Amino acid sequence: MSVLALFNRRGSAPVARERLQLILAHERAENGRADLVITLREEILAVIAKHITVERDKVQIKLERGEGVSTLGVDIEFPVAAEPGRKRAVA
Amino acid sequence: MAKVLVVTSGKGGVGKTTTTAALGAALAQAGEKVCVVDFDVGLRNLDLVMGAERRVVYDLINVTNGDAKLPQALIKDKRLENLALLPASQTRDKDALTDEGVARVMEELRERFDWIVCDSPAGIERGATLAMRHADVAVVVTNPEVSSVRDSDRIIGLLDSKTVRAEKGDTIEKHLILTRFDPARADRGDMLKVDDVLEILSIPLLAIIPESTEVLRASNVGCPVTLNNPLSAPARAYTDAVRRLKGESVPMSVPTERKSLINKLFTRRAA
Repeated sequence: MSVLALFNRRGSAPVARERLQLILAHERAENGRADLVITLREEILAVIAKHITVERDKVQIKLERGEGVSTLGVDIEFPVAAEPGRKRAVA
Repeated sequence: MAKVLVVTSGKGGVGKTTTTAALGAALAQAGEKVCVVDFDVGLRNLDLVMGAERRVVYDLINVTNGDAKLPQALIKDKRLENLALLPASQTRDKDALTDEGVARVMEELRERFDWIVCDSPAGIERGATLAMRHADVAVVVTNPEVSSVRDSDRIIGLLDSKTVRAEKGDTIEKHLILTRFDPARADRGDMLKVDDVLEILSIPLLAIIPESTEVLRASNVGCPVTLNNPLSAPARAYTDAVRRLKGESVPMSVPTERKSLINKLFTRRAA
């Protein structure tokens, strides 16, 4: 035990409290974002379904966070029969 | 109207099964018709903590699959006639639980009992989400320790999104039971304080269960702590929790062991 530790009688609980508050603020935001992707996926699917038939597992939605900017990637694959001449649409 | 209560936590080993047994027994001691249900398929333990491990014939999976009728699987408690146990299967896994099967059993239990207390498995997978699925009330069991608090936060998120009530736009009543709390260590600053945990999780406090040898003593003999030693500190904390669940307003405290005169004399001599 160092001499400094002898003077530090604050205990470890305040450290636990601060660490928890930080990590939970982060994780709550992350979970909210996961829900956003699900909501976007459902609504995008509904719009597309009005015009072309797509299989649910052929729709990929990705949300990537970068420094200062986030990108939303939507990758929809549908059969040639649905729209002749194009195999794949990337929005 | 019957109430379904889920005892959940995310993290394992924080006292879900102890709490389920204690709350179930305390509710029954207060005159309610109670069934405690073990959702920990594959790792059942509520039967052992309740002291009914040698009386299990049929289990939850047998009932959800239609292999047995609910009354055949229910084990009546030998100490309290208005308390019953629906054990989990030990030989199957959580995938054996079906959504419809659980819904049907919960509906049938609601017709027979006042309170259905569901012991959730640890984790956030199928077993845990099915245990909370039909709940009206949730009791989140948390230790004053970082990993337990973090996992409880996650479970609270699931309660607000994955339960039938949440999906219908209703709210689910959530309560916190803080277990293994040691007031002396919290005062010294070496354990999270009650207010720290409440501020972080922001759900109302139902009880503080002090760290106590009585909990292990009760599980050793297979008896809910509220029945094994009703005057012990954890038993009194759980009994107060039940009074609050039933709508009574009881001042919050951390119960301490009451020592008899003889005990006090001995302790002093030993010291």
